[in-house]
Formats: sequence, C-alpha cells, structure tokens
Amino acid sequence: MTLTGIAPIRTTLANGVSLLAKRTKTTPAVTINIAVRAGSVCDPADAPGAMCLLSKVIDRGTAVRSADDIAEALDSRGISLGVTVTRHLFSFICTCLADDFDEVMSLVGDIIRTPSLPEDELETRKGEVLTMLRQDEDNPGVRATEALMELLYPAPHPYGRRSKGSAAVVEGLSRDRLATLHAARFAPSETSVVIVGDVEPDQVEAVVSRVFGDWKAPTPEPVAAVKLVPATARRQVVIPMMNKAQADIAYGFTTMARRDPEYYAGWLMNHAFGQYSMSGRLGDSIRERQGMAYYAYSQLDANVMEGPLLIRAGVSAANIDRAVASIDEEVRKLVTEGLTQKELDDSRRFLIYAMPRALETNAGIANYLQTAEFFGLGLDYDVRVPDLLRSVTLDQANAVAKKYLSVDRACVVIAGPYSA
Amino acid sequence: MLRRATLDNGLTVLVQEEHTAPLASVWCWYKVGSKDERAGLTGVSHWVEHMNFKGTTNIPRDQVKGIIEQFGGSWNGYTWIDQTTYLETATKDALDRMLFIEAERMANCLYHPDDCESERSVIISELHGGENDPDQFLDQEVVATAFKAHPYGHPTIGWLADLETMTRDDLYGYYKRYYVPNNATLVIVGDVDTDDALRRAEQHFGKIPRAALPPRQRTVEPEQTGERRVTIRKPGTTAYLKVAYHSPGICDPKFYALLVLDAALTGAYGLNLWSSFRLPPPQRSTRLYRALVGKGLASAVNGSLLPTELPFVYIISVTATDGTPLAAVEGELVDELGKVVRDGITPAELVKAKAQLQARLVFENDSVTNIAHQIGYFETIAGADVFTNFRPRIAGVTLEDVADVARAILSESNRTVGWFDPLPVGTVA
Repeated sequence: MTLTGIAPIRTTLANGVSLLAKRTKTTPAVTINIAVRAGSVCDPADAPGAMCLLSKVIDRGTAVRSADDIAEALDSRGISLGVTVTRHLFSFICTCLADDFDEVMSLVGDIIRTPSLPEDELETRKGEVLTMLRQDEDNPGVRATEALMELLYPAPHPYGRRSKGSAAVVEGLSRDRLATLHAARFAPSETSVVIVGDVEPDQVEAVVSRVFGDWKAPTPEPVAAVKLVPATARRQVVIPMMNKAQADIAYGFTTMARRDPEYYAGWLMNHAFGQYSMSGRLGDSIRERQGMAYYAYSQLDANVMEGPLLIRAGVSAANIDRAVASIDEEVRKLVTEGLTQKELDDSRRFLIYAMPRALETNAGIANYLQTAEFFGLGLDYDVRVPDLLRSVTLDQANAVAKKYLSVDRACVVIAGPYSA
Repeated sequence: MLRRATLDNGLTVLVQEEHTAPLASVWCWYKVGSKDERAGLTGVSHWVEHMNFKGTTNIPRDQVKGIIEQFGGSWNGYTWIDQTTYLETATKDALDRMLFIEAERMANCLYHPDDCESERSVIISELHGGENDPDQFLDQEVVATAFKAHPYGHPTIGWLADLETMTRDDLYGYYKRYYVPNNATLVIVGDVDTDDALRRAEQHFGKIPRAALPPRQRTVEPEQTGERRVTIRKPGTTAYLKVAYHSPGICDPKFYALLVLDAALTGAYGLNLWSSFRLPPPQRSTRLYRALVGKGLASAVNGSLLPTELPFVYIISVTATDGTPLAAVEGELVDELGKVVRDGITPAELVKAKAQLQARLVFENDSVTNIAHQIGYFETIAGADVFTNFRPRIAGVTLEDVADVARAILSESNRTVGWFDPLPVGTVA
C-alpha cells in the first residue's frame, strides 16, 4: 500500500501563528480548525474550570460584534462553531461553504483575539455550565471516569482535575478574571491554524495573514510539567448511584507521553488489548464470550505528560464483581503471557490500512494535521506512520504492557447501583 | 451518477462512483424494523441485527474477528423503526470481501443457541445503559404515549419483558422471514467501476432465492384528539421537557415545510441520521434558542424531525437550567409555538432556514460512507429519488407552506407533553 501523503503547506506568520493548509475538492466546503495552547492545564490553581467557562462565553461578543451579530453570521451560513477545551488545547472548529471562507475566518479571528465577554452572556453561560455539572453528577460514566482520573493523577497534577470545575468555582468566576486569563494565555505564538478544503492555499495564506498578521501578544509562560507519582498499590473506589439501572466501571493506569519513543508500542498494545474489531481482547471476553456488557474497551490517551490507559465497561449490578475479575484476568494474561505475533500483526495492519478512512474528509484531515502540529510530529507524519508501526516488535509491545499495567497497581472506580 | 439494477431474485442494487479516496462503502438495507414487530416480540429486529454479526456457514465464529479489519475497514449496523442496515467501509480492494460478508449475512447466519443467550444479556445491558440517561428514558416514554395503536410507539430496543422471554426460534424465524433479497437493497459507493461492481453483486447475491414476504402490519394511528401528558418522577439531578407532535412521513410534501419550520425554531440538523446528528445545529438565532436558552430557562433545546416512511412524531426537547421549574419552561415553549402558529415565520427566517438546510446537505455528504447511507436510507423508506431531490424540495417551500404546517401540526390536541421531574437523589421513587 502506498500513500502519497497529505503534503500540507505550512507557513509561520512573523508573529508566530502557524498555518497549515491543504486543498481538497471533495465538497465545496472548508474546515477551519484553530487551536490555541490554552487548555485546562492553564486553569489557575484556585479556579479549575475557568478555561471551560471561557470557552462557553468567548464567542458571545467581540470588540466589534454583539452576540446577536455572531449568532446571525453563523446561523445564516449554516455554520455550527464548536469551541472546546481539552487538557492542552482551546479549539475553534467549524465547516463552512467555500464561498463563505473569508468572512467566517474574519469572524473566528475576531472571536479569538477580541472577545468582549459580556456580563449578561457570562451569567447565562454560568447557568448552562452549572446545569451540565448537575447532569454529570447523575451520569455514572462521567462520575467513574472523573474519579479514576483523580485517583491516577492526584493534586497538583492537572490531569486529575475536572475540566468543568465545580459549582462554587464557576459561580465565583468574574468577567475580569476570564478577561485576564484570556489576555495571559491567548497569543500568536500559541496558535495554530489548520485549513482544509476547497480553497487555494494562496488565498488561505492571504486571509489568515489579514486576520492574524497584526496580532501582538506576549508569549505566555509555559505551564510547568508536574511530576507524576505512579500508583504503587491497587485502589478501588465505589460511587453508589442506586437510582441507576447499571454501573460503569473505569479501571486504569498512568502510562507514557505522546513523544515517548515507546508510544508506538503502546499504541499497538492498547489496540490489540481493547480496540481491535469488537474491542480487542476485552471485548472478546466481556461482551462476546460472557455477554456481560454492551461495551468493554480500552483507550490510550498519551499526551504532553504521561497519559492514562483507561478500561471502560458498562454492566448490571449483578455482574460488577465478575466484570472487574474478568478485566483483572485479561490484564494479568496480557502482562504475563503477552500478545501473540498474530494479534500484533493484525492490529498493525488495521491501523495502517485504516488511514485512508481517517483522512477521507476535510474534518478528518484537519484534525490529523492539528494533532501532528501540536505534538511536533512533522509535515510528513502520515507518510511515516506505517513504518513507525512496522518497526514495533512483539517484545517491545509486550514490554510496554509489562511496564505500565499491573493488577496490583490498578486504580478501579465503580459508579452505579452497587454498594459493596 | 447513481445506477440502479434489480437482480432476478429481487435484490435492488444501487451503485455510485466516487473517486475522491481509494475507498468503498457497502451497505445492505432491509425493509424491516421495529414497526414490523408484534406484541411480545418487541426488540426482535434489533436483536436479530446483533445475531447477524456472530458467524455464518462460511464465516466460522472464530473468523468473524478481523474479517474486514485486515483491509483497514470498519463495520457496523443499526436498527430503527423502518429499517435494519449493515455496512462496511474499507479500502477498495476489499469490495469482494464486503459483498461476501453481506451475502453471507443475508442467507447463512447461524443463530447458535449459546450465542442467542449470551446476546440477551448484552442487549439488556444496552437497554439499561439507555435508561441511565433520563433524557433518553423520557424520549421513550413520550413516544410510547403519543402512539396508542401503531408499532412506531414501542422502542426499537424492545420492552424488557419481551427481551427476557424471546426465544432462539423467535429470532431465527424472524431472520428467515425478512432477510431475503426481495426485501433488501445493496448500496455500493466509492472508488469502484459501476459495471464491475454490478457483476460482483450478481456473483455474490444472485443465487440467494427470493421468498414470499409476510404481510405487513396495517395499523394506522388514529388521529390524536386531545393533549396527552406523561410525568416521570424518579431520582435525578436535572429536569427535562419533551413535546411531541404527530408529524408527516417523508412522502408527504408537508414534511419539507416542517423541516424548514424546525430550522427556524431550533436550527437545521440536516437529513443524515448517520452523520448529521453528531454535529450540533446552527441555532443561536432561532426562536426557541433565544426564548429558552437565551433567557436562561434552559441549557439546551433541540428539535427532532426524522425522515420516516409513515407519520412519526416531531419532538422538541429541552433541558431546564438548574432550579427552573418545568412549568415555566413549558409555558415559554408553548407561547413561542403559539406565535408561529398565529403568524408563521418571517421571510428572513425562511431564507436562513433554507440556507442552513442546503449547507447541511453539503456537509453531510462528505464521505463515501455518508453518501451510501443516504442512498440506502431513502431507498428503503421511500425511494432513492427522495435523496436526489432534496435541494429543489427545500427550495420550493414557501412562507404559506410553513404557516400551514405550523397550524396543522402544532396544535394542543396533537401534542404529547413529557416531564422528567427529578426527585432528590437518595429518595425512593
């Protein structure tokens, strides 16, 4: 299988904004994916959730546009602007018709650079976030995952914090506090613009230069990495939610950073363990053979700092103990016996051959390029991935499992109709 | 260009070349869904779908895993009220493999008794997972309340008691009755040659015999003659409101007017169940967003008008903000709907709603998988030309059409109101 590669055009504006552009002609549309390195790790220590609240209000008014103006500009073009915050990135993502590209870029640039954060909009958005927090309290999946992250990443590690924060913090956040945070963290040096779609790269460069070229803001202080203290003993937390029909299990470990050379071995190991076909070995055991759950899978979220490997399953109260025991058994087998060469080869082949699907749509390509840019993986990353995966040996994949996974050091959270 | 062929056994084959990526997507659609289920067998269509991933005469159980993944492919399926469908999308060299899988699925699934039993608890787990979400639970109750005769009223996953008692013979009998070529549509979209794809379809499916189909259920939902209400009081943290109105099926011209009205009320989701509903609609300038979210009464509002063969329900869903009484939310919603019934929408709203819908048609057809879904979906419920005629149909909607459909649909006697009014967590319901 040969891949010609995405081969995007990359430039950096004089102020540090990076731009990646790829022309496609599949549909007369363009995906705009702009990321600012201002994720929830940038939340002030006393205000977890601040970046999340900022993301809810940042597009509700700018220096020159009211909330109504923005709503009208987006809605009249059929555009849904997604503003999201992950651990490290504050992202603005939308797809528009190619004919609307210039005006939409101007609008999104305005939102990023000069949000006015109107008081009345802030109050309304706080009400929404407080409602979301209440919804999360009643969601076993969210409760289990958040509690597991707290166990794996104890304070002051930022990965253990709830990205939406708490009701008390959200209620207390002022407009000035959010404006200060925006001024401190939004800067050209932190911004990468990815444009994929039916628009000429020259036009993209001209538009992005016009929108961002005169933006000046000092480079923020980097967020200090926090040393991770891996678990040394098994811990289990139960969150009784007796009003629920079934329980969510979240079971996990801390693992590696995305730039760690072990990452590709970890990627393949996790894929064979909890992803391949109907969710790898975990799906085989818990769903297919034992019929205990609608879903059972694992995911590896290697990040700037050491990310988690999370195992998730949703099971009835009667099956919780058996499901945890089955996860234990699969982890133990993986660590002691390892994957087989066939399992490794199957996952490797799948991941390589699945790339054209991942890179079929504008949104898919834009997401891929933004990830590669964020982690510094290079413009030809998509072309190099097959060889990076081919170079992983069975011993390396099994060594990674042995290094990071252990039944005796697992953190386990059960949220649902269970009180044992 | 879409090419249509019908094999001698009645299988409809639709092929469209798309040479934008080295991929092909194959979908096999069956005209069977939860509307075809009788009392006592609710959920059988969906359970049959699950069983059809568990090995066939020529794909032993232990070879299912990896059969499409070795081509980098994904496969999946879903069941809803009118249809059951299965898909594979993979590199184009897997076309034969995909057609082989679908032909096997049509004719040779095994239904081993142990697999049926094992899947019973998987499906009950899926049902319980849905019930964990109060919004989803309320949706199920509202739809069941809105229909008193037609099988559109019961949930596709089925009622728990039926799932607990259904037998292997029930499942296998249902499979044998409905999984026949003259009840199916095969859709192939991607980097293929049409003539070659049609030849391969004939090779894989041509020998599967046609069979007589069971008579369809003929129940027609009687006209609703008064408001219905359902109030659920269970422990929870958040209050939800749903208002459902009986609404036209896809072949009724009023469907398009209601689609435009929904866009003006809550923003245009689009018409692709496979892709559109993953992308929130543009809605901040819409009437109900401004009235409910803009005023702080709700944290979310959504409209759901789904293309169906027969009249279904248009549902408006609202999440109340913490502390806001549902009566206040409902009052505001009913007031806003009253305005649109009285005055219709404005010319500017009409232009904007149409622009949104036309843009969504571009956004939701950006992959071979999404295009193939749309062709098969509409062929199954009405005819593929419905899909190809969306643009003129939407463009042709007038202000009068929207005003007429608002008056016809959004009446008190046609609505079912559902509340999820939470009790404090820890109380016994």
